[in-house]
Amino acid sequence: MADKIIKNLTIKVWRQKNAKTAGKFETYKINDISGGTSFLEMLDILNEQLINDGQEPIAFDHDCREGICGMCSLFINGRAHGPDDDITTCQLHMRKFKEGETITIEPWRAGAFPVIKDLIVDRTAFEKVLQAGGYISVNTGGVPDGNAIPISQDDAEEAMDAAACIGCGACVATCKNSSAMLFVSAKVSHLAKLPQGRVEASRRAKNMVAKMDELGFGNCTNTGACEVECPKGISIANIARLNREFLAAKIKD
Amino acid sequence: MSSFLSSSIGKKLIMSLSGLFLVLFLLVHLILNSFLMFDSTGELFNAGAHFMAMPVIRFGLQPVLFGGFIVHIIYAIILTLQNQKARPQKYASQNLGNSSTWSSRNMFVLGGLVLVFIVMHLMHFFVPMQITGEVPMKMVDGVEIHDGAALVKALFTTGTFGIVYTCIYVVGAILLGLHLAHGFWSSFQSIGMSNNIWRARLERAGYIYAIFIAGGFTIIPLYLHFFA
Repeated sequence: MADKIIKNLTIKVWRQKNAKTAGKFETYKINDISGGTSFLEMLDILNEQLINDGQEPIAFDHDCREGICGMCSLFINGRAHGPDDDITTCQLHMRKFKEGETITIEPWRAGAFPVIKDLIVDRTAFEKVLQAGGYISVNTGGVPDGNAIPISQDDAEEAMDAAACIGCGACVATCKNSSAMLFVSAKVSHLAKLPQGRVEASRRAKNMVAKMDELGFGNCTNTGACEVECPKGISIANIARLNREFLAAKIKD
Repeated sequence: MSSFLSSSIGKKLIMSLSGLFLVLFLLVHLILNSFLMFDSTGELFNAGAHFMAMPVIRFGLQPVLFGGFIVHIIYAIILTLQNQKARPQKYASQNLGNSSTWSSRNMFVLGGLVLVFIVMHLMHFFVPMQITGEVPMKMVDGVEIHDGAALVKALFTTGTFGIVYTCIYVVGAILLGLHLAHGFWSSFQSIGMSNNIWRARLERAGYIYAIFIAGGFTIIPLYLHFFA
């Protein structure tokens, strides 16, 4: 069966020349979009239209377009990754929108994620947090060596759930405080649950939290909005674990 | 230690510990107030108030309590200002309604309103009973003690003012309940005492506690207004 065609859509999108200039909203019309079109494909079509009209296309982040790379962002109609649960923007389809609707598209808004151009923000802050401790320094050997250390199924599952974080930044974008606690807690948790990561657990928690604070992310107020908008369903139970790890590390000092 | 207290999680720990301390205080306060309903002569309440005015409590515990309030308020201001600064440019449209509860997003506003209520409450009860001593006196077993019960009853029952006063107290109790509805479980989460299993239990316990405290502090003024 053919997909439903949305005849008229109004796209209200944030346009900003570069990091230094002030941006503003521009409104564009787009017609005859199939419901099976992904949101990013819709933007591609709109960009072709803009190029044909001699205008500058809208800059937005994207890469794998299958929900695993964490590049696509976009705050669509007031929600990170738009009006659907547990998906990235590339997995959002136009069937989620109504005929004649006005769709508002904004970049992630956070002091730690400055806008580079239009809808693209600089998420280097996440890299800096990872560089502060989101790794293990021990040589873990090959697969047989890994399998030689018994790990309970529960711990393995929890570590894998936390490791599902793709670092897209939806948690920061959604949080009313622009807090990065869900991201940092996922990165701390997936290593803290495994013996290889346990070795540096205290140092990791302290350094990553210190870096997170330094970069200007807000403080967590436990509203839980981050886990609802997280495309990978990372639980805020990880935040409780990060709090535990951090407090235990500080008490040990 | 200084880096601990200036870290985001350290500040949240102070917020949650002072909050939990105030949560306990509310329970003691509610139990004492409930004496007004269980004994219409007011003697039980007066005896309770007299006990609370003992030097050990007045000069030992009371400063700790005030300290708890002040720390909770100061850190709330610090954290909220930092959080405001973390997003210099706001969203044109942001829909948080389906991802978080209203009370969780408005803890600072709710806390501020509760503070306004507390200031008024202290002016009407704490100041006359413990500072200026402008309270009716009563002889009990040969000792002259404050008749706090009479002071309370007069405020809630005298004319139009009594109606307004009762309404203010009911509103105050509801605001406090909303603050607790998020604050209770949130303080456990900040300490790290939560996981996927305990979260649901703590949230439920928080709701029950909020309803119990808000309900209790609502029923007492209503009871006094209509039946005292």
